Amino acid sequence: MNWPILPLSIQIAFLSVGILLALSSLISIALVKTRPERNYRELRQRVRTWWFIVGIFALAVLVNRTVSVVLFGFISFLAFKEYLSLIPTRRADHRVLFWAYLAIPIQFYWVWHGWYGMFIIFIPVYMFLLLPMRMILVGETQGFLKAIGTLHWGLMITVFNLSHMAFMLVLPPENNPAGGVAGLLLYLVFLTEINDIAQYVWGKSFGRRKISPKVSPNKTVAGFLGGLLTTTMLAIALAPWLTPLTSGEGAAAGLLIGVAGFVGDVTISALKRDIGVKDSGSLLPGHGGILDRLDSLTYTAPLFFHFAYYLHY
Amino acid sequence: MLRILFYLFIVKPLVLIVLGINARNRHLLPVKGPAIIVANHNSHLDTLALMSLFPLSLASKIRPVAAADYFLRNRLLRWFAMDLIGIIPIERHAAGKNSRLLTPLTEALQNGEILILFPEGSRGEPETLGKLKNGIAHLASECPETPVIPVFFYGLGKSLPKGEIILVPFIVDAFIGEALYWRGSRQAFMEALTESMASLQKLARQNQRESAG
Repeated sequence: MNWPILPLSIQIAFLSVGILLALSSLISIALVKTRPERNYRELRQRVRTWWFIVGIFALAVLVNRTVSVVLFGFISFLAFKEYLSLIPTRRADHRVLFWAYLAIPIQFYWVWHGWYGMFIIFIPVYMFLLLPMRMILVGETQGFLKAIGTLHWGLMITVFNLSHMAFMLVLPPENNPAGGVAGLLLYLVFLTEINDIAQYVWGKSFGRRKISPKVSPNKTVAGFLGGLLTTTMLAIALAPWLTPLTSGEGAAAGLLIGVAGFVGDVTISALKRDIGVKDSGSLLPGHGGILDRLDSLTYTAPLFFHFAYYLHY
Repeated sequence: MLRILFYLFIVKPLVLIVLGINARNRHLLPVKGPAIIVANHNSHLDTLALMSLFPLSLASKIRPVAAADYFLRNRLLRWFAMDLIGIIPIERHAAGKNSRLLTPLTEALQNGEILILFPEGSRGEPETLGKLKNGIAHLASECPETPVIPVFFYGLGKSLPKGEIILVPFIVDAFIGEALYWRGSRQAFMEALTESMASLQKLARQNQRESAG
């Protein structure tokens, strides 16, 4: 337990998120009471699931390194499983898929160990070379390229990219005196989720011109720009409290998270469109599947990680 | 006791964490016995997945009906099937031809238990529905008041297909249909059941575009 050394900024951050959620709960309850003619069931569900997500996240961040790595590994497992259940797979690849799953504990073991060199090449190099070889041992060439391409893309998105969140927790805390162990990750996750919500709110209020009508008809230019502005302002304001970034670097991080979050969101949307589903799953009531919630993070986590890593670690 | 522990520490975690189940129309499942659940059979996991859909309070009431020649062939398997899963063993090749063979099933229903039957017989090709055998109609005619609830699983044949020993995690879809009752004749009952299973299968297909290759 690292409770005693939990920096004040982290305590305030969790307290603020708690207050934000409590406000959302109160508003959603008030909406249900005052306007019974409209159906707010999904909104209520959504807020309730947010409490659950924040609770799991707090557990994953605050207890110790082992708990963090196990929980983030489990989240990657759920995301990868959801992905594999959505896409068409070949029956011949049964054991290849088993090897792909095995990459998850191994990747998170490198994280736990803090072995950066291995963490960064294991999936992009070793799994990238091993999985096709295992497929060739099975010997089914029909649909080979599609099978190996979709499998590795999923492994990159759900395991490699998301494991960057866990690696933020094993970076040396002395490089981040303001935020300590958890500051960088908290900064990333908070800004990514706020960016999602801000884009939605700005889009609903002022959005008219659609950015990508074919992939994601709800995304508008106003929503994107409004979200980007909100996220960048917050990124500058929060940077000195949670990260070692200067204000200029904070502004760049805000822009990076705003743009990457948008791209991650529409990328998962394109995947769902291609497969023909509305939600990626049903694990999170009111949100859909776990990929529906993690979509933006699959892009923001590795990009923000390497931005901060290059500048300060 | 053993069965409850098995349910809590093996069945529930395996089905909910390793696999993940997405059940449609869960409210159509019976909340008490007697009842008969009829499902397609693609994997050994079918039984465990079905058991997991019921609450703990019903766990000891669930009795999968399984082939005696397969599950009683050695002592370890027998212990697993009888003491942990709680199967009712039947002679599969004789079932239906002799009503005396159904006695353990009708007795179980009289005790308020919930039977799980796989009328396709053995595990077929993944996610397809083989021809349903008549044994279920005999049982329904003996117990005309008992509801028969059809369930169609999609995805279990991908997780652990016949002949595989390595389990690969996949999220499974379960489609539960309206309860059926005995219809006066074997043919009418089998037609209704087949039709119901086929429509659940169609739902499953619409839900998941068929995989290529």
